[in-house]
Amino acid sequence: VAHTGRTVGRLGEGDWDGKVSEIKKKIKSILPGTSCDLLPDTSHLPPEHSDVVIVGGGVLGLSVAYWLKKLESRRGGIRVLVVERDHTYSQASTGLSVGGICQQFSLPENIQLSLFSASFLRNINEYLAVTNAPPLDLQFNPSGYLLLASEKDAAAMESNVKVQKQEGAKVCLMSPDQLRNKFPWINTEGVALASYGMENEGWFDPWCLLQGLRQKVESMGVFFCQGEVTRFVSSSQRMLTTDDEMVILKRIHEVHVKMDHSLEYQPVECAIVINAAGAWSAQIAALAGIGKGPPGTLQGTKLPVEPRKRDVYVWHCPQGPGLETPLVADTSGAYFRREGLGSNYLGGRSPTEEEEPDPTNLEVDHDFFQEKVWPHLALRVPAFETLKVQTAWAGYYDYNTFDQNGVVGPHPLVVNMYFATGFSGHGLQQAPGVGRAVAEMILQGSFQTIDLSSFLFNRFYLGEKTQENTTM
Amino acid sequence: MAAPWLSLRLVARMWNGTRGIHRLGGAVVPEGNQKKERTMLQFLTNHFYDVEALRGYLLQREMSKVHMKNRFRDKEWIRPDKYGHFSPEFWNFQEVPVEAVDASDCEINYEGLDNLLLLKELQSLLLQRCPHVDDWCLSRLYPLADSLQELSLAGCPRVSERGLACLHHLQNLRRLDISDLPAVSNPGLTQILVEEMLPNCKVVGVDWAEGLKLGPEEQPQDTASPVLA
Repeated sequence: VAHTGRTVGRLGEGDWDGKVSEIKKKIKSILPGTSCDLLPDTSHLPPEHSDVVIVGGGVLGLSVAYWLKKLESRRGGIRVLVVERDHTYSQASTGLSVGGICQQFSLPENIQLSLFSASFLRNINEYLAVTNAPPLDLQFNPSGYLLLASEKDAAAMESNVKVQKQEGAKVCLMSPDQLRNKFPWINTEGVALASYGMENEGWFDPWCLLQGLRQKVESMGVFFCQGEVTRFVSSSQRMLTTDDEMVILKRIHEVHVKMDHSLEYQPVECAIVINAAGAWSAQIAALAGIGKGPPGTLQGTKLPVEPRKRDVYVWHCPQGPGLETPLVADTSGAYFRREGLGSNYLGGRSPTEEEEPDPTNLEVDHDFFQEKVWPHLALRVPAFETLKVQTAWAGYYDYNTFDQNGVVGPHPLVVNMYFATGFSGHGLQQAPGVGRAVAEMILQGSFQTIDLSSFLFNRFYLGEKTQENTTM
Repeated sequence: MAAPWLSLRLVARMWNGTRGIHRLGGAVVPEGNQKKERTMLQFLTNHFYDVEALRGYLLQREMSKVHMKNRFRDKEWIRPDKYGHFSPEFWNFQEVPVEAVDASDCEINYEGLDNLLLLKELQSLLLQRCPHVDDWCLSRLYPLADSLQELSLAGCPRVSERGLACLHHLQNLRRLDISDLPAVSNPGLTQILVEEMLPNCKVVGVDWAEGLKLGPEEQPQDTASPVLA
């Protein structure tokens, strides 16, 4: 009879060995040196209290986190939590961006933001230095932007360039003759005037900026959490205005962060919430009750930011424009730039209102290139008549349907929600300046360096558009 | 006589790209004789050493007369002394336009270029091995486009092909040195693209054959190993 090694307990319990091993396991887990299984693992959850919760971990959210930590008056004085739904950033506008920076705007605030960002990027290894980490290489191409204007836009372009020069941007105007002289591959038919950025303009690698910000911000002690904000718990207060009207002011005091693929959520007690959720900012604003009121009132004014899909195409053209090519923005709205040393180019075109694609997915529309982009490119640059598309991708603009400029600063009624969104395609290049402005607003109560008062939320209720008159 | 032999044919004030600014500026021989006389003289010079020596001596005399009038002789380059100080005589020459700046191995940076960009008649700029000169600095050089004829960036660790793209504003450039740039990803291809961008400029730096792979029939044969049947 083979001995199985099992003894039958005298008390009739059975499986004594199994019980012993279980008890042994429990004792081992309590002793130091092994992971404790008695308490559940909460490392993926955000902290229970945080001074500032930033919704959205793209370039805007990380920029605000960076400047909050940089400008805090005491080290460790402010606890910042960044909540990002997708740690792969697969749909985030930052990584899918073409990466351009340019100062050719008509609003002085936009020009100043872009100039500051240029100096931030130039000195990026002083701003974002982390001990023992290698220096960042942004792969910046200082080739500038070339904007082309037809007869009807020429006057506006001239006055814009005047404003840009006043603000300190290095931009010059070019006639069609000068254009043909400098860039012989251009066909100047239909072009009355062009403006060319000579310095501080070009394009760079947005991933590098994102990773640089991320590692710097982590080293400064900012908390990160991968999860989705599903609820705001706020308290209200009734107050009277100077005209004796009653106003309900809300203050968010708790943010519910739900984990991926589970029903588990963590309530985070907070003092300030920053909405940097890009294309999805309107949903976050709706969670806070912004826009829930009769239309036409301040309570009923929604955040007018929605996702708009934009396609970018990469093509190869062996006889195309040379190394000196700037980012050319045509009169038709089509744009292109060089990509690398190997005769590759990338570009696209903003669709008109009627042509707006469906933003529910990021599928590329190749027919759009064939019919609406390529003809304009081939007209402007005859060498592009023969080209071969290599690849393409699509990304979202956080499109401000009201006036296509950013929303920065606190909401008048939900007093502790600050916006940093709605940049409609300029978010990447304005991120450093906007991050600093929001941090100044929070820590010092007002904008200190660049005055972004014209970008406050109020303008949506008052109907005052802060609009660019450029075609960009 | 250690003087280098200068061609006595018509030497116009044309840029001689192979020499660079460090030698004394090209001597001007007055265009004089008619063609027939000139070729006769040339023929004699080529065939008789005495005539050659005589012409050489006369030319040297002309040149030294001109150089005597030059208040900068032998002091064209203003250099610091061994303590790093510049002589106060420099102040006497405030109205004289600066033609060449040699800032090699200097710690000049983006903001420091403010000073160089004021020199409206700068013809030659040498920025060899400057550790802080990068692509952003190159984008600042366009104000010198009217006068700059020579630029050297050899050995700058931060200059890449993206910065070199900004040099197309410098249409008067005749000599560009882009050798030994470690940050350039593909030196041979970059050289070709820069040459296309600046057609009137001699681009020195990279041999175009660098980086080419040998074809299969040109693979080095290992003749030492015996071929076993």
